[in-house]
Amino acid sequence: MELRLKNLVKDFTGTRAVDTGELTILDGKLTGLLGPSGCGKSTLLYLISGLQKPTSGRIYFGDRDVTDLPPEKREIGLVFQNYALYPHMTVAQNIAFPLVNRKVKKAEIRERTAKMASLVQIEELLNRKPNQLSGGQQQRVAIARALVKRPEILLLDEPLSNLDARLRLEMREEIRRIQTETGVTTVFVTHDQEEAMSITDEIILMKKGVVQQQCGPQQMYLDPVNQFVASFLGSPPIDYFRFPLRDGRLWITEGYSLPMDVRHEGGILTGIRPEAWGRGDALQVQIQTVEHRGKDTLITFGLAGTRARALLDITDTVRPGETIGVTLRPQFLYLFDAESGVRIRQEEEQ
Amino acid sequence: MSRKKIGRPENPLGNTRFSGRAYLYLLPAFLVLAVFVLYPIVMTLRMGFYESYVYLTDVGSGFGLSSFRYVLRDPAFQLAIRNTLIIVLVGVPITIALALGAALFINSLTRGRGVFQTIYFIPYVTSTIAIGLAFRWLFHSDYGYVNYVLSFFGVAPQKWLTDPNLTVVSVTIFTIWNGLAFKIVLFLAGLQKIDPQYYQAARIDGTPPRRVFFRITMPLLSSTFWMVVIVSVIHAFKTYNEVYSMYDGKSAGPGNSAITIVYYIYDMFFNRSQVHYASAAAIIFLLIVLALTALQKWISKRFVHYV
Repeated sequence: MELRLKNLVKDFTGTRAVDTGELTILDGKLTGLLGPSGCGKSTLLYLISGLQKPTSGRIYFGDRDVTDLPPEKREIGLVFQNYALYPHMTVAQNIAFPLVNRKVKKAEIRERTAKMASLVQIEELLNRKPNQLSGGQQQRVAIARALVKRPEILLLDEPLSNLDARLRLEMREEIRRIQTETGVTTVFVTHDQEEAMSITDEIILMKKGVVQQQCGPQQMYLDPVNQFVASFLGSPPIDYFRFPLRDGRLWITEGYSLPMDVRHEGGILTGIRPEAWGRGDALQVQIQTVEHRGKDTLITFGLAGTRARALLDITDTVRPGETIGVTLRPQFLYLFDAESGVRIRQEEEQ
Repeated sequence: MSRKKIGRPENPLGNTRFSGRAYLYLLPAFLVLAVFVLYPIVMTLRMGFYESYVYLTDVGSGFGLSSFRYVLRDPAFQLAIRNTLIIVLVGVPITIALALGAALFINSLTRGRGVFQTIYFIPYVTSTIAIGLAFRWLFHSDYGYVNYVLSFFGVAPQKWLTDPNLTVVSVTIFTIWNGLAFKIVLFLAGLQKIDPQYYQAARIDGTPPRRVFFRITMPLLSSTFWMVVIVSVIHAFKTYNEVYSMYDGKSAGPGNSAITIVYYIYDMFFNRSQVHYASAAAIIFLLIVLALTALQKWISKRFVHYV
């Protein structure tokens, strides 16, 4: 079910929490609502669920205008941040609960509960109570309960935030698998860019209630529309420098410049992702700190009056204080207007 | 690596089991408990088994069960048990239902919750004696509001305080009202402990309100509910203040018709000076409450969800 939002606005006393403009969430895909805390992503999720009412604007599920429908008539499944499993019911009773409300026959309830349990791989836990389950298992039960009534849209509110790091990895793959197997249109809220990058088909990145960019995760990483998007994605994050632009070249240092075909009035901020750097002989830098991260090595060095971060190969043995030669891969280099943060593109790109 | 013994953590005071200093610290509490709890209990037990006893000289004679026999055969005590059971079996369910209803109502409010909470809590901070005076006027057969209101429904004026068949009803109504405030507060605390997300989840699933109440609210409230039941039952068994304040402590209404077990004990002791009978009644009372608490514990293990 394709989900369309038309100028959906939610005002809380004095502040505009959400203002979507035109927004379409793809049918049958996994979409991540991403943004820093307080950006309105959870509010947007609750607007879609119907638990909160918008100040203005419309919500369409396919061709159906659901704006004025109460949540129970919207055919949605919602997984809460802390799962909201009924503690006094067994896993089986929890999963079956939505079906009992719909007066589904007992045999069918049993069958569908069992099917859901096998989808989320908790068949052996059906008689347990929620407090006898681990966080990941509770999460699975919550997803099963949300999916058992075959909703048009599955909504997940920060589904991984209550799990420890290892379970988080496991569960995010599980969410991806379950979504792919069922093909249900899924929207999940997260503040973790890595989580969103790793499993979504599309990311909607929000800031102060306004959508900044909507596209696939790789494209968002490689082609951010503004400084906020560039900063939000990537770990370690992008660094910014005030390099001078002269004669069609961007001057990293006095002796090292890259061709840059831009026309721009006003200050320019250059963003360089840490992975843009590699060993080479374009520039000699003195290493300040070295951090071994397992899969790679993060070094810092001074550049143009600030600190630059670079990722080196794990086999590269370097020490603080050492001077090494580095070079830049220009495709990981982005220019932004220093005032507005809007991306400045090169002439041939436009 | 050597395994550390699992058990109590190291105590900075050393081995307290044999430390005289630890007992020194406990002494004040022990003294208070001994004087005000232990001594009275032992004395009650002792006095209850005398056949006659003079309080002022502390001289008793004849050791046996005759006091128990007397009390159990005393029509006044039988009436006291009957009245107390009425208050417990009729009054407690009503007061719990009313308190739960009021708490659900207050909890559902989005505005003015504080005002209602305060209003419902006022009885709790008001002296029972003062409330008793007010109730005496409310129940007054000629000028009382109860009869005045009932007259609108075509009910003839009742002698609430002087008709021996009605006095226990009046006392029960008084206890219901008097116990309401505290129970509402307990229920409200229990209701507010329930995570609102359960209700949101129920809403998403289209759960009808009746089912929400019986399948979500009540189970999640069951530990609070049970606590209120236990407190209420014990409180109702101890009903005494209400009778005392409605009848000035001179009697429990005409022909002692509103007598309760605790009032019987009081009456035996202070009005009749039959201390050994009062003590025997107190022991019987203790046994009843003990048996009841055991029963309640057993039930709660089966039906209460502690989350």
